[in-house]
This record gives sequence, structure tokens and C-alpha cells, in this order.
Amino acid sequence: MLAKRIIPCMDVTAGRVVKGVNFLALRDAGDPVEIAKRYDGQGADELTFLDITATSDDRDLILHIIEDVASQVFIPLTVGGGVREVEDVRRLLNAGADKVSINTTAIYNPQMVADAAARFGSQCIVVAIDAKKVEGQPFEWEVFTHGGRKPTGLDAVEWAKKMVALGAGELLVTSMDRDGTKIGFNNALNRAISDAVEVPLIASGGVGNLQHLVDGIKVGGADAVLAASIFHYGEYTVAQAKAYMQAHNIEVRL
Amino acid sequence: MKKIDIAVVDYGMGNLRSVSKAIEHVAPNKTVLVTSDSAAIGAAERVVFPGQGAMFECMRELDKRGLHHAVVNAAKTKPFLGICIGLQMLFDHSEEGDVNCLGLLQGNVIKFALEDTCDKDGQKLKVPHMGWNQVYQGGKPHAMWNGIANGERFYFVHSYYVSSTNPDYAVGFGEYPQRFTCAVGKENIFAVQFHPEKSAQAGLQLLSNFVNWKPEY
Repeated sequence: MLAKRIIPCMDVTAGRVVKGVNFLALRDAGDPVEIAKRYDGQGADELTFLDITATSDDRDLILHIIEDVASQVFIPLTVGGGVREVEDVRRLLNAGADKVSINTTAIYNPQMVADAAARFGSQCIVVAIDAKKVEGQPFEWEVFTHGGRKPTGLDAVEWAKKMVALGAGELLVTSMDRDGTKIGFNNALNRAISDAVEVPLIASGGVGNLQHLVDGIKVGGADAVLAASIFHYGEYTVAQAKAYMQAHNIEVRL
Repeated sequence: MKKIDIAVVDYGMGNLRSVSKAIEHVAPNKTVLVTSDSAAIGAAERVVFPGQGAMFECMRELDKRGLHHAVVNAAKTKPFLGICIGLQMLFDHSEEGDVNCLGLLQGNVIKFALEDTCDKDGQKLKVPHMGWNQVYQGGKPHAMWNGIANGERFYFVHSYYVSSTNPDYAVGFGEYPQRFTCAVGKENIFAVQFHPEKSAQAGLQLLSNFVNWKPEY
């Protein structure tokens, strides 16, 4: 039976993995290759790198990181952050990424998702959706950009369906009002999207303990769960997370 | 021409670095060449035929680069490993884009039809079939499975699969939820639907087996 996946996520800037503290102070957390190898050794099913580099001068550094990681870690790699053009997708895939995650650009230029999927295949196109619960709209969850600060007026569930229709092969759904809270995924949001689309859904935002991972799958209907801080800060290993999920009758790769 | 141990066929579709890096990792003393040169494919001792993306573009690019004949010839004469679309292209026809493929193996490629199909926990099955699934070895014992447990998990990502193939070729099966052929072996050809280059230790073992494989005819 197909296993549910655990995906550690790493924020990368200027060639290093960093840990954010409330989006303000960024602390150096180490060498991307070493951290990737550690997660691989713990049994991570995939790895996601989010390029949070602010300056365009340093943007190509992510390519070298992906090349280095892909030469030594033989599990799927997803890269997101700053992907604006089909050419950006091509360069990341050539560097060794297996999937590329598109976020803001999908909103301003949806055709780019279609173009990238047509050129490289849906299997490597992930659309990231940052959503928040809203009041006073005809829908429950709205798509936001800029780290949850800027509303788009888009219904997250309808947006997800549109992205899949354009060629997204997977959706990474982050609940912006849960991100960093450690109170668990927004399972109602994830379930609504998961039930509305044919492609796999990765749940993100809000994980504080291992039961949250179980709930993300059983309640939220996610196919994969993504987490950053619980793994970075050594609260849990990926292996512990898998053992816990297995004990709760979730199929995992051990 | 310099001796080429393993040629990875490059027809312009996607990420070949992962495949070549994984082979270099298990065979550091071998020469691995990613190439779109027919002569290099002809000269290589072994050929890896990877692939991702859409079938129509894959077949078109293969023809456009004049590689059709070199790939068919390699598949008939030397140890040959097809991966993902590189497996599907060996068959007669694909439903994806309604394309005739290379016709080296008998069978057709069709799409998973899983509307409203759930797994045993009541969760909806998604397409693409994406993630780590078990591979059950079947048919005659095959040297390419050496050191790999029956039921080992490999990484899959695909929406189409091989149907109605000659059962004599089928050497590996997946379940999603129906049993489907995910590995085929015929003489010097071995091909897999999953990605050994992305399947951690089990995948590296399979690639290592390929580097050392002496097919029986």
C-alpha cells in the first residue's frame, strides 16, 4: 500500500539552512548537505528546500546547494521560493530538483503553471497555496501572498481546482493562520481541498507534536505532511514521527 | 572513442543528473556519460533509458534527435535499463497522447482510472500515484533483484501504467489498488516504473545490480 509521506522542510538563504524565530531573527542552522543527509538517514521520504534569499545576487546559490544535495542524497527533492519563469523551473530541475514549487507567480501569472507543466510534466510541478480563514467573504478560506499579509480575493478551494486543471501535479497547502503556532494543521481546509482535487496534497503549517501529523492525514486527508521546526529543533526525529504514525495505523515507509 | 561503461540517453526531457549521479555513486570506477549522441549509445557497454514528462513530447524528442534507432538497437543488444517513461516507451502504444511507442515489448500504457476509489482506510486514492509503494517480485527469479527484499518500497510518480503485457515479461508488481506490472524483464532488457535513482538504499542496490548484470539469453 502506498505510504503516507513525511517531508522535512528547510529554509535556505545565502547557501545556508536557517531557522527563523517569528520571522525576525534568522539563526544559522548549518550546511544544507549535512542536514539533508541527516534527514535522509532518519527516513525522510522527500526533502523540501524553500529559498528565502532576499537579494537576487544570491539567488543562484540554491542551484549549487541542490547540485550538492542531489549528488549525495537519493530521495526526491522539491525546491520552492522565487520561481518566476519557466526558465527558473528548468534550471532547478537541471540542478537536480525533482519537483519545483510555485507560489506567488501562480497567482499573478497562472499561465506559467500551465506552461511549466506542459514542458516538464505535471509530476514536477507543485503549486503552493497559502490560505487563511476569513470572515465576510462568500467562501471560508482565502489565498494570501507575502507571508499571509496580502489577500488575493481568491477562494482557496476553487483556486486549488484551477491550479490542478492547469497542470499542477501536487498541492502544498499552508495554513497561514496556523504557521508557527504549533496547534496543528488546519484540517478542515486541507480536507476541503483534498476532496476537491485528484492530485496529492501536502499539509503544512502548525505542526507542534506527532499527533498533529496523524490528524493531518486521518482528519485532513493529506497524502503527505510537511514540517520544519519539530524536526529542526530536535524535538522529534523523522523516525520517531514514523513510528508514531505507524502505531496509529498509518502506512509509512520504515 | 573513449570507453563508455554506461550511457544515459538524453533526449531533452527533464532531470538526468539524478540518474547519472546515483549510478556514479554506486559505481565510482565506471565511466557514466549522459548523451544524445547515437554513436556513444552504440559504443557504450550498458544503456540507461530514463524519462519523465509527457509521452508525446518524449517520443517526438527521441525522433527529433535521431535517437530512435540507437535506442532500439541498444535494447536488442546490450544490458538496458528503462526507467519510468523509459519503461512505458518500450511498449506498443500509450493512451497518453494516443502515441505509438517503440514496440519492443508487447502491451499498452493506460491511465489509472480511480474516480471515487479509496484505500483500506477510506482515503481517496490520488493520481498521480506518487510516493513510496511496495514492489512485489514475481515471475522467474531475476538477477536485478539481488539483495532487494520482496515487498521493498520504491519511489513512484506516474499517472499511466503498463496494461495487458505478456505475463512472461512481468517480474515486479505494485498495487494501486489493483495489481499492476511495475517491472519487466526480457533477455537484456530490464525496466521499472518507479525511480531507483530516488529510492534511497533499495534504488541504489538496483542500480548497482544493473552495473554488474550479465543478462542470460
